[in-house]
Amino acid sequence: MQSKAFKAALLSFLFMGLGQIYNRQFVKGILYAILEIYILVFWTVPFQWAMWGLTTLGETPQKQEGFNIVQGDHSIFLMIEGIIFLIAAALLIWVYYLNIRDAYKVGKMRDKGETPHSFMQTLKNIWENGFPYLLLTPSIIFTAFLTVLPLIFGILLAFTNYSAPNHLPPKNLVDWVGLKTFFNLFQMEMWKDTFFGVLGWTIVWAIIATFSCFFMGLFMAIIINKRGIKLKKFWRGLFILPWAVPQFISLLVMRNIFNGEYGAINQYLQFFGLNGIEWLSNPTAAKIAIIVVNIWLGFPYWMVLMSGVMTNIDKSLYEAADVDGASGWQKFKTITMPIVMFSTSPLLIMQFAGNFNNFNVIYLFTQGGPANVNYHYAGHTDILISWIYKMTLDQSQFAMASVVAILVFIVVASFSIWNFRRTRAFKEEDMMS
Amino acid sequence: MSRTGGKIVNALIYLFLILTAVVVIFPVLWIVLGAFTPGNTLNATKLIPDRFTLSHFENLFVETDFLLWYWNTLKIAVVNMVLSTFLVVTAAYAFSRFRFKGRRAGLMTMLVLQMFPSFMGMIAIYILLLQIGLLDNHWGLILVYAGGSIAGGAWLVKGYFDGLPKSLEDAAKIDGASNVKIFFKIMMPLSKPILVFVAVNNFIGPWMDFIFARLVLRSDANKTLAVGLFEFVTGRGNTEFTTFAAGAILVAIPITLVFVIFQRYIVEGLTAGANKG
Repeated sequence: MQSKAFKAALLSFLFMGLGQIYNRQFVKGILYAILEIYILVFWTVPFQWAMWGLTTLGETPQKQEGFNIVQGDHSIFLMIEGIIFLIAAALLIWVYYLNIRDAYKVGKMRDKGETPHSFMQTLKNIWENGFPYLLLTPSIIFTAFLTVLPLIFGILLAFTNYSAPNHLPPKNLVDWVGLKTFFNLFQMEMWKDTFFGVLGWTIVWAIIATFSCFFMGLFMAIIINKRGIKLKKFWRGLFILPWAVPQFISLLVMRNIFNGEYGAINQYLQFFGLNGIEWLSNPTAAKIAIIVVNIWLGFPYWMVLMSGVMTNIDKSLYEAADVDGASGWQKFKTITMPIVMFSTSPLLIMQFAGNFNNFNVIYLFTQGGPANVNYHYAGHTDILISWIYKMTLDQSQFAMASVVAILVFIVVASFSIWNFRRTRAFKEEDMMS
Repeated sequence: MSRTGGKIVNALIYLFLILTAVVVIFPVLWIVLGAFTPGNTLNATKLIPDRFTLSHFENLFVETDFLLWYWNTLKIAVVNMVLSTFLVVTAAYAFSRFRFKGRRAGLMTMLVLQMFPSFMGMIAIYILLLQIGLLDNHWGLILVYAGGSIAGGAWLVKGYFDGLPKSLEDAAKIDGASNVKIFFKIMMPLSKPILVFVAVNNFIGPWMDFIFARLVLRSDANKTLAVGLFEFVTGRGNTEFTTFAAGAILVAIPITLVFVIFQRYIVEGLTAGANKG
């Protein structure tokens, strides 16, 4: 004789809720059944349409008949719709699985001779054991629609030809092209030059920007903490200013100060009889300016962190060193520096990843300029992320922007994962278990 | 080290500190003076103008939508702060204190999600908001901010929760306290520093963000301050630096104050973020 558990599971597999009804949990069973009926009646046809849309991205282009424009399929809307339906379908399959599992479990209880829960008991049970899921539901919904869905869409775009001028809906259709855009990036002369040129500057920028701020902050922390320097609090408070002022405001002000015609720096240079420098239109000058501005913005962060670390170092270490007759430099090299490095190096890597994608500094200060005629849609100071931004918002090169974004993700993700694996959290057993 | 040597080193240090102070203060001074100087630009060689004027502020309030932008930004910032903090804290609490199916997968997903460049999803977000009619709408922007804050924020707060002792909760559970009660009466007070950090961050965010604000908000009346001020110095009226300066001061003062007041929490939060992953 087959067990009640097996029968219930089989019934629930055939139609949601049947197994529950068989288990005499009528309210739950009927609710499940209504859900399936509702989906079958109202969503079967739309689902087929959505899958058709996702695979073909539309077949009828926009037409012009006389003076009237007849709307065709909008490939991008079809694609988004398709992804939403896929996510919904995945959720539904999961609910279906829960339904079968529930029927099986309750069936097993009945096999053992226990009475199944009443509906009220079930609700109470959900409230107690399902509490974490309840807590997570809002976040899951937000993340699914505002992060996961856009990301899937972004990744899929890389495999289409969605770009100006010939493949922009609603006027034209968009097609799946496989890896063609990837090949274009690495094989077409101009794309290739732009990519490697911008990548090179991005890496140089990220390294210099990170280390210049790091060492400037370290230096400031050391000299302010030095014995015999007065007004320590005053200096520290003063130098926090660039961190405290909203970054976009400082950057826009800097843009004015470095302006070639009426900026403060050139006014001073001219005042002393020197020629002004075209800060924002000379590539090298622009790169130097951007790094200087970034030091101004970034050193206070390190200064504050390192000051904190230095004041917390155990004083007895230095006293012991004094007894041994160590010089100031020796104390710094063997006590201060290792402790500071130990507690700040994880942040250094985070900052590097941050600078790699430091859109604000680049875009608000130079907007990627000065223009570079050898590049596709990028200027001399553009980093990958600001190039992506320009391709997306100004040039409608969506497919290529997605390809570059995927490559950026790979770089940043490898850094983050490497960094993460070294952290305490990862090594703690309980963290992921 | 001889005495005079030490004195020379100290003198050099003071000199360096003073020079740095000048460099640090100059842009701030530049913008303050800009706000009160008549005309459109500043003369660097004659920093103190002959007369001061309040006309730029008047101009801001009368000729532009500055006040409206201020109100928009404040509204978005407050709602975003409440919503984001709620989402982040609930998710972090679930991940830190409960062991449930899918926890590991959820944690991994969050870790991966926060590594994607945020505007990889920009086009999709644009189309999505267009579809549901939330383009050029403050709620649309708030949703985007809140959605983006979850992955990173929840990791951070979860790390902090993990460091809190569980004994208090266990005791409360034995006394029959519910999950909700434990959360509000025990977890919340203990984790004040990190909650303040998350809240302040999400409050300041909308004042600074310009990427998504420019993407979502289209009409002049709906703009936030960052977009409005950016257009003062980069738009057609590229020469309106003094008006920009006046607006910038009005933005910078409250934000700088918030930063200074909560500085302790900000430093702590940033450090925690690095150490706990």
